[in-house]
This record gives sequence, C-alpha cells and structure tokens, in this order.
Amino acid sequence: MFVFLCKRILILIATLLLVSGAIFIVLHVIPGDPAQLILGIQETPETLHELRHKLGLDLPLPVQYVKWIGELIRGDLGRSITYDVPIASLILSRLQVTIPLAILSLLFAVIFSIPLGVYAARHRNRVGDYGVMIFSQLGLAIPAFWAGILLILLFAVELRWFSAGGFKLWADTPWGAFKSLLLPALSLGLIRAAVLARLTRSCMLEVLGEDYIRTARSKGLTEQAVVYKHAFRNALIPVVTIVGLQMGELLAGAIVIENVFNLPGLGRLIFLAIGQRDLPVIQGVSLLIAFLIVVVNFSVDIVYGIVDPRIRAETVRS
Amino acid sequence: MVRPFRNVNLLCGGILVLVIVAAALLSLVYTPYDPNRMNLSEQFLSPQSSHLLGTDQYGRDILSRLIKGAVNSLVVGWVAVGIGMGFGVLLGSFAAYWRGWRDEGIMRLVDVFYGFPAVLSAMLLTSILGPGIINSMLAIGIFYIPIFARLTRGASLSVWERDYVISARAIGQRHRAIIWHTILPNILSPLIVQATVQLAIAILAEAALSYLGLGTQPPHASWGRMLNEAQTFMEISPGLAIFPGLAIAVAVLGFNLLGDGLRDLLDPRLTRGRR
Repeated sequence: MFVFLCKRILILIATLLLVSGAIFIVLHVIPGDPAQLILGIQETPETLHELRHKLGLDLPLPVQYVKWIGELIRGDLGRSITYDVPIASLILSRLQVTIPLAILSLLFAVIFSIPLGVYAARHRNRVGDYGVMIFSQLGLAIPAFWAGILLILLFAVELRWFSAGGFKLWADTPWGAFKSLLLPALSLGLIRAAVLARLTRSCMLEVLGEDYIRTARSKGLTEQAVVYKHAFRNALIPVVTIVGLQMGELLAGAIVIENVFNLPGLGRLIFLAIGQRDLPVIQGVSLLIAFLIVVVNFSVDIVYGIVDPRIRAETVRS
Repeated sequence: MVRPFRNVNLLCGGILVLVIVAAALLSLVYTPYDPNRMNLSEQFLSPQSSHLLGTDQYGRDILSRLIKGAVNSLVVGWVAVGIGMGFGVLLGSFAAYWRGWRDEGIMRLVDVFYGFPAVLSAMLLTSILGPGIINSMLAIGIFYIPIFARLTRGASLSVWERDYVISARAIGQRHRAIIWHTILPNILSPLIVQATVQLAIAILAEAALSYLGLGTQPPHASWGRMLNEAQTFMEISPGLAIFPGLAIAVAVLGFNLLGDGLRDLLDPRLTRGRR
C-alpha cells in the first residue's frame, strides 16, 4: 500500500506540474503578448511597458514560470486587473456558489440515476428498461444549458415558482441561496443522471450474471436480498468511480450553467474575465479547475486502490 | 455481425444524421429566406404558413437560420474530429511502435490532457486566440488529440503482436509500410466509432461556446448563439428557445445512436460485453 501511495503521489505532482506548465504556455506563448491583449485599444508604448513590468512579463519565460509556481506554493495567485483584489479571495467568494452547485447536482444525479439503473437491470428488455434507456439517450443528447433554459421557461416564466436567475447570499437568506441553486443543479444533475443510469444498469447486469449471484439465489435467498445485498453493493464500485471522474464534466457544465442562471460562481468569474481580458484571473481560475480535476482523479485512484487490491498490485508492478 | 436493418440504433441514428446532413447540404443552395435578413415588421411571428417555425427578434426566419446552423455545427464537428484524429492517430501509432521511454513520455503527456473538459479548454484557448468559429474548431480539436492517441496506441499494441504483423516484419517489410497498410486498417473500426461519438460531443461543445459568445459570431446562424439570443425574449416568444435546442438534441442523438449502432455492427464483442 505504501509503495502504491508513493507512486500515485509522484504521478500527481508530475501531473500538476505539467498541467500548470500547459496553462502557462497556453496563456503566455501563443500568440504574442498578453499585455497587448489586456490593453487592447488603450495601448501606448508607455502603458505597455508599465503593464509588462507589473505582470512580470519582461522577465525570461522560464523565470516567469518558476516565479509563478513559487507564488502558487505560497497560495498567492496574483491580483486581478479588473477588480484589483487578490485572486485567491475572489475565487474563495465564488466557491460558495460553485461548490454547493456541484454537490447539489451530483446529489440529484445520484438520486435519479441509481434507482433507475437498478430498476432497468432488474426488468431487462421490458418496457421499463427501454424507458430508462431512452431517458439516458435523451439525457446524453440534451445540452445542460438548454435543459436550464427549459426549466427557466417552465418554473420561472410560466409557473413563477422560481426566479429566472441570480443568487441570494447564504449569509442573508440560506433558503433563498439554496432555492437559487435548485434549478441550475437540476439541469446539470439530470444530464449527469442519464449517464449514470446507463452505467448503473450495465454494472448491475454484469454483476447479476456472476457465479456468486447464482450461488446466492440457489441458497434460497430472497430476490431483494440477492439484488440489494449482493449485487447492488458490488455494482456500486465502478459507479462511484465514474461519479468521481465526472467531476471535470460537472465543473465544465457549471461554467455554462452559471452563465445561464447568472450565478456569481467560478464559471461566471472566468467568463467575465475572458471578456475583460483579465489574464491573471483566467490563469488562476483555470488552474484551480484543472487542479480540482486532477486531485479528484487522484483521490478516486486511491479509493479504488484501497477497495480493489488488484489495481494496487498493478500500479506497484508497472 | 448484427445485420444493419435489425440494428435499431444504426437505423435511427443513420436517419437522424441523414436528416441533419441533408438540411445542411440543402442550405448551401436553398433556404426559405435569407437567414441573416432582418425584417423588423415581422418580429416574433408565431409559426405559420409563411414562416413555418416563426421569426426572431429581428424578424429573421427561424427555420432558415436553423438549417444554416446545421452547416456550422457539422463543419465544426468534422474539423475538430479531423484535427483530433489526425494528430492523435499519428501520436498513438508512433507511441505503440517506439515503445520504451518515448512511448512513456507521449502517453504521460496525453494523460495530463485526457479527461480535461473540451468546453473549458476551448474557453481558455478562445480567450487568447479570440472568439470565432475557426478558433473554436481548433480548440475543440486540440483537446481531442489525447482521446484518439490513447485509443490508437491501445489498439495498435495488440495488432503489433498478431502473427500477420510478425510475418510482415520477418519478410523485411518497412515499418512505416506496416503501420500504414497493416496496423491502421485493423484499428479502423474503433476509430470510426470513437469519431462518431466525438462528433456529437463537438456539436455540444460548439453550441456551448456559441451560447457563451465565444464560438460563431453574429450575424451568422449557430444553434448555441440562437439559444443565447432567445433567452432574453423567452417571455415574449418561448418558441425561440425551443427549436434551436431541439436541433442540437436531434443532431447529438443522431450521432450518438449512429456511434452505438456502428459499434454493434463493427465490434459485436463489445456489444456482448456492454449488454
């Protein structure tokens, strides 16, 4: 276990360095000068020189990268050009929207998908199964942002149960804040549910065909006990892994959904920063999102290694 | 092999894709109205015989814009998949051929970008390169490279071990010829299936980018852009927000079903595994 963990941590560090390098290169090397991009039409030789110096762009690229990494390790993501505040505090304030949104949509996805998947597997090739498969195909085809627009149309425009967008602060009204996240989370969650329902179904079918299930049935166990005690638990392992691995998709979905519902989260922050050419913010937020994805993948790997010793052995051997 | 006409996924997917492709081709020579022509006296018309799906806030014909939008989505999808597949297959083939440290190096690099959401990466690239259809194709395509590289490498490795490849090497055939004439034709099936699925994802990514204003720029018709504009006028004309979304869903559903159908047709082992 120790060797496995060490190997995974080394890979994690290498991946984080590569990811940060990639983001740095994308934003600094292609094409030309970020300072010029930021200044746009306000560019004069003086302002350009001043901004290049302020951003440290007059230093050689490798020096800039090492300096940036050093600041990152100290938790300093730099300052926003538009808001003139530390990016870390900007991100922290936006996380109170994005993190609950991600958790809530994951919760919706799991609540909808797992019972549907189990039901479909138990009623394979019957009407219910076909229904779940059709739901899953539709869910894969409908963009989350369109689902969001349809939900606004129904619940905000027609029924007037929810507001069409915006966010109430947790500190002011916790219920209001929760309510403003419900529709966005539902639109993100329903799409994820389609993927997970399909996966749960195929995992359940796989497990239900195993020898130990036949043994459990031949012992005279009730169908409920066979399905929920023996099959469900085993089928859940790959499902949980995929739930973790979907974090990236969820964050990407959140970026668009936050813009549909006008929520002041990370997605809205990076989107506005792109419009305002606030390069340090774009760099900081994309790095954070990339890190979150890498760290979640790493955690899934570790949990999977703990649950399934075969994976642990394979990593140590390679 | 599952017979094509018994393969419901292939049949339904094929029909949907055919409809979208036919609409796109048709739009090159004919649309009911000029998709970009504004007519402020015909704003927000509901569906009627003169405008089958109604008109938008500028009085533009929605059906014409939808048909024109199909070209946009398909071109972005095909070019993005072309970029991803072209470079990915090249990298994956060489990694499988070289083995050793070069293979390890390529695959570690590929792993870093694998699973990184296309929309996010595309947003990042378009923020630097500037918004527009070409940059969004490029951005989506670049982040498809790892997907095809991994698939090609995995599939190639097993083909390199087959008897007929060993025989080809034994009779002194050049390695480049072996890759081109023996390895690639044998891994074509999974590549075609993956390409179809990635096409659907590219259509979704392009729609998201255009919705955010980073993809296709106005006045050109794009389904994502149409949804963005529709959101402002949803209370007056809900239809504006429904038809472009339906078009995206139909196109993506078509390519997804086609991908599933092709998988069933080309690789029945996977079908049995997936059940």
